[in-house]
Amino acid sequence: MIARMLMARRGRAGWDWTDWASYVYLVLGVILMFGPVLWLAVSSVKSQAGLDVFPPSLLPWEQARVAVPNQPSPLPLFRVTSGDHAGETLAQVRRIGLQAQLVSAIDPSQIIRMPTKDLQPEMRVHASWSNYSDLLAKFNFGLYFFNSVFITIVATVLTLLVNSMAAFALSKYRFKGREPVFLVMLATLMIPPTIVLVPNYLIAATLGLTNSLWGVIFPAVATPTGVFMLRQYMLTLPDDLLEAARMDNASEWRIYWRIVLPLSAPALAVLAIFSVMWRWNDFLWPMVVLSRSEVFTLPIALFSFQGDLQTQWQYLLAMTVCTLVPVTLIFIFLQRYITQGIASAGVK
Amino acid sequence: MSATLDRPARFGAFVGRLLGGLYGAIMNLPERPMRAAQARLRDGRLGWLFVMPNLLVFAIFTFLPIVIDFWYSVTGGAQLLPGDRPYVGTGNFDSLLTCKNYLDPTTCERDLFWYGVWNTLRFVVLQVTLMIFFSLLTALVLNRKIAGRGFFRAAFFYPVLLSPVVVALIWKWILQRNGILNAGIQAFGGQGTDWLIHANWAFFWTVLVSIWGHMGFYTLILLAGLQAIPADIYEAAAMDAASPWRTFRRLTLPLLMPSLLVVFILAMIRAVQIFDEVYVLTGGGPGTATVYMVQFIYQTGFAQGVRQYGLAAAGSLLLAAVLLVFTLFQLRTMRRGAG
Amino acid sequence: MSHRCSLAALAFAAGAALAASPASAADIRISCYSDGNECPVQKEMSAEFMKENPDINVIIDEVPYSAILQSLPVQLAAGHGPDIARVTAFGTISQYFLDMRPYLKDADYWDKNFSKTLAWLRPTPQDKGIYGLPTQLTITGAIVNKSLFEQANVPMPGPTVTWDDWAAAVDKVAKATNVPHGMAWDRSGHRFAGPAISYGAKYFNADGTPNVIDDGFKAMGSRFLDWNKNATVDRDVWVSSGGGYRDAFSEFQNGQIVLYYSGSWQVRRLEKQIGDGFDWVVAGDPCGPAACSGMPGGAILVGFKQTKSPEAVAKYLDWFAQPQRYAELMSKTENIPAQQELQTSGAVKYNVTAAGNAAIGAFLTETTRLSPVAYQLQGYKYNFQIFNPTVDRLSQAIAGQITLDQAYARITQDVADALATANQK
Repeated sequence: MIARMLMARRGRAGWDWTDWASYVYLVLGVILMFGPVLWLAVSSVKSQAGLDVFPPSLLPWEQARVAVPNQPSPLPLFRVTSGDHAGETLAQVRRIGLQAQLVSAIDPSQIIRMPTKDLQPEMRVHASWSNYSDLLAKFNFGLYFFNSVFITIVATVLTLLVNSMAAFALSKYRFKGREPVFLVMLATLMIPPTIVLVPNYLIAATLGLTNSLWGVIFPAVATPTGVFMLRQYMLTLPDDLLEAARMDNASEWRIYWRIVLPLSAPALAVLAIFSVMWRWNDFLWPMVVLSRSEVFTLPIALFSFQGDLQTQWQYLLAMTVCTLVPVTLIFIFLQRYITQGIASAGVK
Repeated sequence: MSATLDRPARFGAFVGRLLGGLYGAIMNLPERPMRAAQARLRDGRLGWLFVMPNLLVFAIFTFLPIVIDFWYSVTGGAQLLPGDRPYVGTGNFDSLLTCKNYLDPTTCERDLFWYGVWNTLRFVVLQVTLMIFFSLLTALVLNRKIAGRGFFRAAFFYPVLLSPVVVALIWKWILQRNGILNAGIQAFGGQGTDWLIHANWAFFWTVLVSIWGHMGFYTLILLAGLQAIPADIYEAAAMDAASPWRTFRRLTLPLLMPSLLVVFILAMIRAVQIFDEVYVLTGGGPGTATVYMVQFIYQTGFAQGVRQYGLAAAGSLLLAAVLLVFTLFQLRTMRRGAG
Repeated sequence: MSHRCSLAALAFAAGAALAASPASAADIRISCYSDGNECPVQKEMSAEFMKENPDINVIIDEVPYSAILQSLPVQLAAGHGPDIARVTAFGTISQYFLDMRPYLKDADYWDKNFSKTLAWLRPTPQDKGIYGLPTQLTITGAIVNKSLFEQANVPMPGPTVTWDDWAAAVDKVAKATNVPHGMAWDRSGHRFAGPAISYGAKYFNADGTPNVIDDGFKAMGSRFLDWNKNATVDRDVWVSSGGGYRDAFSEFQNGQIVLYYSGSWQVRRLEKQIGDGFDWVVAGDPCGPAACSGMPGGAILVGFKQTKSPEAVAKYLDWFAQPQRYAELMSKTENIPAQQELQTSGAVKYNVTAAGNAAIGAFLTETTRLSPVAYQLQGYKYNFQIFNPTVDRLSQAIAGQITLDQAYARITQDVADALATANQK
């Protein structure tokens, strides 16, 4: 079946069952990839009570409230299920034990008492934007956003520059130690980053990079994955181009800047996107290095509510959506370049 | 021309010239020193010049910490500063490797380490296999003449951009007792369950969630590899009346092997080092059913007040050694196969 | 004057001005994490402090709790870090604490009113240093859903009832009202300690070295395991989230448990998130043969040795320690005061509902029933090295991964291991 799918690569007139199967598979895949994120977003505007409803609804339901004269805040509405007032919708003034005191919206002066078991909450659709506004009101969003953006952009530019220079050297020059350098870089991929956190901090502290955005930028610049990927791509660039340029008496820097870099654009685009993704989502290292709030990044600021939020899903969900919006926007605008870039940078 | 139209246009032109000048300046800056260097150094040495910035940052922030790590692994005590730690030789490694029965972590001195080892082994075998299977399948499907191929390609790639913590939170929300998965199952007449409280289900979900989060990346690499296979080869095979399965096995797979190898190595490295998603999703639970190697390192070296950093470092080195051996073995096989 | 002279004079003046400027204001940096609203309240009150002390500039950085637990010790070890931090795990960073005694105007006031909690910060019992200001006194206790008891028509047990009786009562209520579980405890060794002590656990030998597994501990351990097995206790809380602390507040809020064994820091959340959704009351700490004890606790603002302005640090903390300011802080954060005089005088007025006031009052009563073992345990330098294995190993036993006896053996081993590492020089 797989093989037949391959054979169909060149297209045929009319649809085959493999075509149907492919489309079904792809549509299911899209639902599976996007669905969970959409569900997260939908859930994030539900009120706390709405989140506990089972089975969960698509729309954000919450208990209706009505403003009643002489009451300081809107009262929750209930529908009476049995007894004298069955079928009526009443506002609950207070509840003591298993007895509730309610008033009618028409005649708020008269208090009606009945057991809570005869009451059912009256629900309405209402998006709970306070989940977001409460969060954003708590901290200096603009400053942390700027810090994150600064780190991301500067780190990405430096990463592209430094990694491409190294990849250029490792692919186009023959010098002793070329292989060992490359292998050592690759070998360091095997060490989980968690364990180098503390030594890295000690080094950063010695260099005076703590509590500085540069302390987050510099260590991130020499990514072995980036060098590996760029090197593989640059290996495919024909040497004659470089030779021709050398014969024209171009300096090596000119060759690198004017010829190699532009030709490596697809691979550079991929590295750029990954670098943006890594730096934007970075959490553990910035948290260790940055302890002053002026230099906090967005993920750190969002997680400062962690203790309080542990069981308040409505804030946790809103916070998660906040974290993924920037990345999603980049994705929407650049998705064509992302997928094209990886496809053409695919390791040969 | 009115003044209002003129000003933004002139400003734009000014900025454009400024950026152009900046670009030219940066490009021309290293010209002179580069030519001077070229005159002095032989061709090979020039390579070092280009590698130097990367090597410098790498040496300070990647290599040096690992060297310090080696020192940590042969020292004990709870002090963080390397100078304050007493030397214990192979004490940490001995402690990690002491077991009456290696297959039963409860008989080991460091049971958490061995839970990590066996759980990670199970995880890697299952996850990498499934990951490659689904990535390959998706790449093959995407390789066909499909309408909206770009959209589908991008859709599979989207979860890769999300941070592991976000991925885990998304799925934790879905897998809640009152979550949408249970609701869906109930709608079809089944009985939902507490997914993350049963050892086997928790394990299964760590595999699935990690595949969800990373599959797109490998799909694209394999897709690129598939698209690099020239079409004439298939025409030739069709003319020889070869069966589809034979074509796939004899033709496609070997040509795809370099890409498959890259995917295999990267997927394995990432699977062995899995941590963030799992820690947020299950915390290693229930009990220690989903404790993987890096969680052992994290818990031993960070999460305790009395940090057993020597043990954590020793564990990470053992892990890295195994991974390195395996990767080199794979690379050697590929080199031999390619020749 | 010649040109050169005036130029030189100008240069000298400029240089002097530049050299003089850093000395104008002392900066104090505080790393603060909030359980509820502690950090915002502190920021608000610090503004007033700065008005009264214009030469001190206070900057409060709100950080995640994990930053305090994990990043702060790393920063301190490297010689960096804030001037003050709000800390809960004192033992392993006590070597960095600043002794404020020489800088305090009235150290006796501190000795008299904060003696019990200041003891937790001292590296050895003989030490007499004053290392920080407790921002709260927390105490564990049972919070009960009274409405469910009423619905089930079961009378609420009194203050001297044992854990066994409570377990039976909540079980009855749960079955009668169709609630899945009778009770849930926060996933924490600190939470487990109170009931264990009530059933006779001593945690320490006579010489102060830890001896965690004794008959009392085992008595509560086996009970807790049984309750988890027969669904009296919600298993999910201790078992599913393997890696760390987890509280069961949402289970209580959603009416899935009858009794929630947590502590006084929840009052604010009870007020805000449950309100009058159902009647909740604080039932105190159930009893055992040895005691009716919970565990004390609380986050403490500690100063660090490497601060550049120790006098400013001491001044700042002293300002908050005075009765009026401290009462204001407690009232605004809805915490129980650690200041011993305020505990009994009732001078702290909380802006809460009647239910909230009753709860706080009940918790205050609990402070008088604390066993001395509880204080000793909270003040022990390596208490987290006892709490963490307790919860990890018991969770494994509850998950069915190991037997209870294996769990006990592992706890003993883990504690000994941590102590050995800590003492390795």
